[in-house]
Amino acid sequence: MLSAVLIAFAFALGAPFMKRLAGDRAGWWLALLPAGLTVWYLSYLPSVAAGESIREVTAWVPRLGITLAMRMDGLSLLMALIVAGIGTAIVIYAGGYLKGDPKLPRFYLILLAFMAAMLGVVTSDDLISLFVFWELTSITSYFLVGYKHESAGSRASALQALLVTAGGGLAMLAGFLLIAVITGSTSISALLADPSMLLASPLLPAVIVLIAIGAFTKSAQFPFHFWLPNAMAAPTPVSAYLHSATMVKAGVYLLARLAPVFTGEPVWVWLLTLVGATTVVVAAALALLQRDSKALLAYSTIVALATMVMLIGVGGEFAGGAVVVFLLAHALYKAPLFMVAGSVDHEAGTRDVTALRGLGRVMPITWATALVAGISAAGLPPLFGFIAKEVAYEAFLGAIPWLLLPLVAAGAVLLMVAALVAWRPFVGREVMAPRAVHEAPFAMLVGPAVLALAGLLFGLAPGLLVDGLLVPAAVAVIGAPYTFYLELWHGLTPELGLSALTVALGLLLSWRWIALNAGLRSRFEGSRTGPAGAYQAFADGLVPFAEAFTRRVQPQDLRLHLSIIIGVAVAATGITGLLMGTLVLRVAHPIGYFYEYLVVAVAVAAALAAARASSRLVAIIALGVLGFAIAILFVFFAAPDLAMTQFLVETLIVIIVALVLIRLPRGSLRERGDRTARLVTGVIAVSGGLLVTSLMLTVTLEPLDLRLADFFAAASYPSALGRNIVNVILVDFRAIDTLGEIAVLVVAAVGVYALLRRRASRSEPMGAGPPRATDGEGEGT
Amino acid sequence: MSALVVLPVVVPLLAAAVLLLFRGQREFQRVLATGATALLLVVSAVLLAQVSAQGILAVQLGGWQAPFGITFVADHLSAIMVLITAVMALASAVYALVDIDPEREASGFHPLFQVLLVGINGAFLTGDLFNLFVWFEVMLIASFVLLTLGSSRAQLEGGIKYVSVNLVASMLFLTAIGLLYGFTGTLNMADLAVVLPEHDAGLVTTIAMLFMVAFGIKAAVFPLFFWLPASYHTPPIAISAFFAGMLTKVGVYALIRTFTLLFVADVGYTHTILLWIGGLTMVTGVLTAAAQNDIRKILSFHIVSQIGYLIVALALYTPLALAGAVFYLVHVIIAKANLFLIAGITRRLSGSFDLRHIGGLFQHAPFLSVLFLISALGLAGIPPLSGFWAKLLVIAAALEAAQWWVTGVALAVGLLTLFSMTKIWQYAFWSPLTNGVVLAQRPSRLLYAPTIALALLILLLGLWSEPLIALSDAAAAELLDPSRYVQAVLGPATSDVGLGAGHAPVAGGRP
Repeated sequence: MLSAVLIAFAFALGAPFMKRLAGDRAGWWLALLPAGLTVWYLSYLPSVAAGESIREVTAWVPRLGITLAMRMDGLSLLMALIVAGIGTAIVIYAGGYLKGDPKLPRFYLILLAFMAAMLGVVTSDDLISLFVFWELTSITSYFLVGYKHESAGSRASALQALLVTAGGGLAMLAGFLLIAVITGSTSISALLADPSMLLASPLLPAVIVLIAIGAFTKSAQFPFHFWLPNAMAAPTPVSAYLHSATMVKAGVYLLARLAPVFTGEPVWVWLLTLVGATTVVVAAALALLQRDSKALLAYSTIVALATMVMLIGVGGEFAGGAVVVFLLAHALYKAPLFMVAGSVDHEAGTRDVTALRGLGRVMPITWATALVAGISAAGLPPLFGFIAKEVAYEAFLGAIPWLLLPLVAAGAVLLMVAALVAWRPFVGREVMAPRAVHEAPFAMLVGPAVLALAGLLFGLAPGLLVDGLLVPAAVAVIGAPYTFYLELWHGLTPELGLSALTVALGLLLSWRWIALNAGLRSRFEGSRTGPAGAYQAFADGLVPFAEAFTRRVQPQDLRLHLSIIIGVAVAATGITGLLMGTLVLRVAHPIGYFYEYLVVAVAVAAALAAARASSRLVAIIALGVLGFAIAILFVFFAAPDLAMTQFLVETLIVIIVALVLIRLPRGSLRERGDRTARLVTGVIAVSGGLLVTSLMLTVTLEPLDLRLADFFAAASYPSALGRNIVNVILVDFRAIDTLGEIAVLVVAAVGVYALLRRRASRSEPMGAGPPRATDGEGEGT
Repeated sequence: MSALVVLPVVVPLLAAAVLLLFRGQREFQRVLATGATALLLVVSAVLLAQVSAQGILAVQLGGWQAPFGITFVADHLSAIMVLITAVMALASAVYALVDIDPEREASGFHPLFQVLLVGINGAFLTGDLFNLFVWFEVMLIASFVLLTLGSSRAQLEGGIKYVSVNLVASMLFLTAIGLLYGFTGTLNMADLAVVLPEHDAGLVTTIAMLFMVAFGIKAAVFPLFFWLPASYHTPPIAISAFFAGMLTKVGVYALIRTFTLLFVADVGYTHTILLWIGGLTMVTGVLTAAAQNDIRKILSFHIVSQIGYLIVALALYTPLALAGAVFYLVHVIIAKANLFLIAGITRRLSGSFDLRHIGGLFQHAPFLSVLFLISALGLAGIPPLSGFWAKLLVIAAALEAAQWWVTGVALAVGLLTLFSMTKIWQYAFWSPLTNGVVLAQRPSRLLYAPTIALALLILLLGLWSEPLIALSDAAAAELLDPSRYVQAVLGPATSDVGLGAGHAPVAGGRP
């Protein structure tokens, strides 16, 4: 089964070449892939019908226990057949629909890649590999929705679809990983076989909600429904395939797949039924506002998906059976309706149902197809859609009857949509359309016609499918053995009564549609409220917010950077020290000679002078004095070599900086920074000084560990043949440090050279002289 | 075989020396620099293979037994970092053959780049805290000069910010080393790992904060990251890309090393702080990126954001999290650097880095589009690319540790990263060309070669992540069990290798 997916991916990569070889007939050749896959999947029918489920495990990331396991049972087979079967029709149809489009090779590549990924989703038996394929469907959908990327609208719709579905995908991933953390496995089969660990976990509600968010975004459930109508920016074959028949059903598939685990959990039941019911109402209401045939179909798709979500939430045998019947019926009527709408758009030049009349005369085959599919969509006998609606009503009647209230209302809207797409544009004495209309080409007729006829066939003879495919699929959703049969006529039941009510309401809606639509549009058109408005606010607001945020966190002034950084260092260390009680200001040997205090006084005075200086030169000289004072302290404490180094460094720094300052424009240090800024800097500086002093004192209170010093003293002459221990440390014990420092000096020299070279080669002045990037020699031992 | 441990430093060091000697010979320099970098790649690969086969390798430089001399140590983390450095170095070096102008080459680009590699590899391999400081300085000066090479006003302005802030980090680092040495009397990290638990945990933790800030500046975490977006977009792309990939990661490496080996006295305190830093860094980086229009600036701010994930992984401090950190490091280095390299080609095609002036690249450069998509979607963590596994490991670790808010933040930032990447895509590739140009002239194949290789790597690590996850696991296991590191360094001497040929160890008298 993995090989089927991989072959499909490989075929996708080769699709652009097929276009080059076969030209306009490429669609027919490429359709061999989904057609072949359909046949191949059909070969599983006997074993699946016998109740088996076939599992293949391919290792992927053994360390994480993640496999590319694939499983074929009734539900997977049903979905795989829908994906491959409708895919065949779509690939052929697209060849006609996009004929002559220079981007067609890319289109085929992405479309077939989507198909491969979708097959992966419905046959994966590992949560993580399912997620991988799931995300691939989101990404391919992004490129297909944005196919007409020259238009800003298409780009925005593509991005919206991606962000919503990928965002939900991330929630779903978190849910999957929680399952992995709780149960220690990512295998779906293992989870279905023994969900006890998961069910016992206090995190179960979180798992359910996270996974449901993923499914809801993908299947366009409220409040994430808004992306789907916008995704109609995609070419119609894409809308028919991804956004009605397959990808949007991935969410439903996932919920159905995991239903045996969660059915009966209160969070699961209420989340799914309430979200589903809300979605049904919202989408049905929004459908009343539409005139565009694809938009009408999109909202009716949302209603259908929500119905399935509700059925899964209700759970139980009837609902399980109803889900799979509804799933197939919807795929069989919605895809052809989309293709019909696309054909009309293609030939007549508009999708506005108010602008089209009488097309049945010039597009008879298209109309016939539309009628058959439309009757099924309206839930009328003798089509398969009728049976699906009946069993759904039956399932709700037996479980949570009040859920039928929104469903019946929505059923009426579905009938209205079917009438608007399959009836209204085709009837009438005269042809009314923006341009001269002809029947669609053969490639655009055959696919939808076959699918619509399949709906008729299964309506007349539902027994063809039940035992072989639908019962095993229902068993997978229910998680327990179950059998049922389907009939077109099963007596005067309450369901039939509800159907009659639905039809009556639907006919009423269709009859009064023009007035109703116009009235509603004048009220609500263009209002941006609800989730769609929230997304828009997010999309519009993100960049301004980010800009304001950036101005706050990324100041331009270097001195401010330094204040913040040093401030953070002092605060982080200081607060930690206070919390840990490690900051002391106790001195180990408090007595000192008076001349030591004198030198310290000089150092303090110099520091104050530097801080208060208004001229740069005074400041740098004051710092020099401070450095010298410290060097004198080194002399007092028997470190003459250190003192010598310090004297040299201080002298050089004062001289060099003074030289640089001469070239700078004259200015006072006081000009920049107001009083508060100076005060803050002062506080940071003083606390920094206190902090380091205190840490030094704390450290000196600890006994000094002289292992290294003793070793150096002992080994310097006998082993390293040097009398000067410091020298030996620098060139032998720690020679690699010195090597590094030499490299630093060399690079600094190269840098200065490069800078001077530039200055020599062009006259542009570059502000300050050569940057002094070298630090002092830092031999810390 | 222990000489192998120093080779990643010796090879570029020798190369730099020779390159400096032959400053005028442009062709020779180009051949030698590329060759030396390729050799470095070979050496690094062999090193990682050896570490995988034999465990942690240590070499006492000059033959002075630890803790008295300086020890070089290659564990899995170090060896992985050295190898990925070499990969990125070769990619940048090849790209630089076209991207770096003769003027910069004459000013010493090639030797400087090799010295940078010396510093980076030294930092990864040294087992001595002060020696680490020295390599940081080598890195800092080399990167500063590379950053400002060419001396444009923007470069100098960015360079000054870069060097000032990083010198503060150096100062803090040095202060912290001094304080630590003051009461432990040792600089050898393995030795420190042994003696630190004998000292007051409060004092150690206080000083650890100084290290955290110093390395945090290097790693560009919130709120210490200002220098990075102020400077990284100024030099030529070959340099930006390498910096973007590697430099902050040395800071992250230092954080990982010290906060698993040395400062684990009060994990509840230090690592909780790291967790907050990581979370804030993720959010800050991704939000500031959303405000940018220059591709390089978008990518620069995303460096910050991705650092957040790494810090979070370190903060979680579990085997899964640390493995995630290592995997993430490798992934993000490749993906981020490649995005910079691709941005450079984009600029050659369109004449600008500004998204508002670019367009139509999907139509005119479909191959480049694919390269961009692989890298950008990889960065955003879309499967089956390398970033997916990186994010998966970190998020799984966060869930495992029951750190809910960090999980939520990591997921949300992932989505915003995707938003940023699609922003580049929508503007530069999808939108029709309005007021920009697409040059008829094709960029040199040499520019494409490294980007193709890196894109393939992103794809490969996504499709076949097992080997790198295994290596990351091994690295994490070593990090969480410092005794193995300590034993490798302080245990029986593994070798007596001198650095130079003329430096024969004196027999006898050795401890």
